[in-house]
Amino acid sequence: MLRACTVDELPLGESVRIAGPEPIAVFNADGELYAISDTCSHQDASLADGWLEGCFVECPLHAALFDLRTGVPSCLPAKKPVRTYPVHVEDGVIYVRTEAAEVAA
Amino acid sequence: MKTVAIVGASLAGARAAQELRAQGFDGRVVLVGEEPHLPYDRPPLSKGFLAGTASRESLDLLDDDDLAALELRLGTRAERLDPATGRLVLSDGELAADGIVLATGGRPRTLPGTESVAGVHVLRTLDDALALQQELVAGARIVVVGGGFIGAEVASTCRALGLEVTVLEALETPLARILGPQLAEACARLHDRHGTTLRCGAAVAGLDTVADGAGQRVTGVRLGSGETLPADVVVVGIGMVPATGWLSGSGLENAGGVHTTAGLVTDLPNVVAVGDVAAYTSAETGRRCRHEHWTNASEQAPVAVANLLAGQPVREYTPSGYLWSDQYAGTLQLAGHPEPGDEIVFTEGTVEDDAFAATFRREGRTTAVFALNLPRAFTRLRRQELRRPAPVG
Repeated sequence: MLRACTVDELPLGESVRIAGPEPIAVFNADGELYAISDTCSHQDASLADGWLEGCFVECPLHAALFDLRTGVPSCLPAKKPVRTYPVHVEDGVIYVRTEAAEVAA
Repeated sequence: MKTVAIVGASLAGARAAQELRAQGFDGRVVLVGEEPHLPYDRPPLSKGFLAGTASRESLDLLDDDDLAALELRLGTRAERLDPATGRLVLSDGELAADGIVLATGGRPRTLPGTESVAGVHVLRTLDDALALQQELVAGARIVVVGGGFIGAEVASTCRALGLEVTVLEALETPLARILGPQLAEACARLHDRHGTTLRCGAAVAGLDTVADGAGQRVTGVRLGSGETLPADVVVVGIGMVPATGWLSGSGLENAGGVHTTAGLVTDLPNVVAVGDVAAYTSAETGRRCRHEHWTNASEQAPVAVANLLAGQPVREYTPSGYLWSDQYAGTLQLAGHPEPGDEIVFTEGTVEDDAFAATFRREGRTTAVFALNLPRAFTRLRRQELRRPAPVG
């Protein structure tokens, strides 16, 4: 389990990047928290730097769009999904359960 | 429409194939490519692929599902288009099609007379990248002719490999025509900061060579000033020429690219053009435009395919003007359509910093946004200051 940040540090519409062997991006999309693999499945770019719209994030480099709920891209150039991770909040701190990563088929 | 032939199997052609299916075309799609390779993405050729960190598979543009939905004719050159019958003459036979997508891209400009000199490279294809990669060995002295995006990216990859690099640029500042002098100057400083020698206002007079087997091998680059720079490898990045020679006799206007309407339709209603080869008339300005960028190729395919399938103009192309370049572990991003004389307004950082974001302003409106090493700020600026670009793909 990884500590992301406190709830206060992630206001609406914001994102945070957790560094590591596989970096993770955590988003606050209209009050819902989501965690996905930070690296775009198309080419090397940080999705935490992307544009958040509803529960989708647009890759900052080539505008591939990912559904934060499933990790599935909804438009080219990405074709492969990114991993998704369960998120939970405890005592005002956001945690990501890396051991429970999922990749949509 | 029963058969659509796509001539050219790089990004624009591959995207056109995907779009045909996405827009419901259920006939035959034939993708003709001159190179023997499965369609691949070119941007990494000057970056990760050249450095050896990106695999060949990571460049694949089409997956198994895409490939199953089309016929590939690779290693096949298009030689002629017969407008009366819609027949394509290919290097390995003929192909009859009711719809044709021209996506032949272009060929890199070379230094005249140096094409067969060993050690002299251009970089456009996978084979170009493999050939160059072979020569990037320890101790090699690299001279890059042309300080544009490809030249700068090759230089930065060579520096990352620990090689000695000199970039020769004809202009006073590389990229000044695109970014204007102030921002171009800031980007040019990246070379110096990372140990690349940048020489501006440099004219190449010729190459010094020695006999090498049956041919010649480069040993140096002679400048207009009379000076000679020693070189083991010369990379020429001085632009490209649209590949239209095979269309002579087709009746299609193709001076400086295949001429099309704003909807990317050529003089023949069942022939469209996309990517680097398409010289379209801008719906906004009426000017003929042609772009040599990844995003352009990607964004044009859906428009051209929609018009081809409808048999009449139903969409016009409005470019987002987005481009990026990865140099020295940093990223330059530009969106919009800057013009000479636009006012530059910094929104984060300044040109003295390693990272900054700026807008181009003209008559009270934003014409373009630019950022160096600030992708998040760039994305926000682009969304806030520019019309939302048409979705890609």
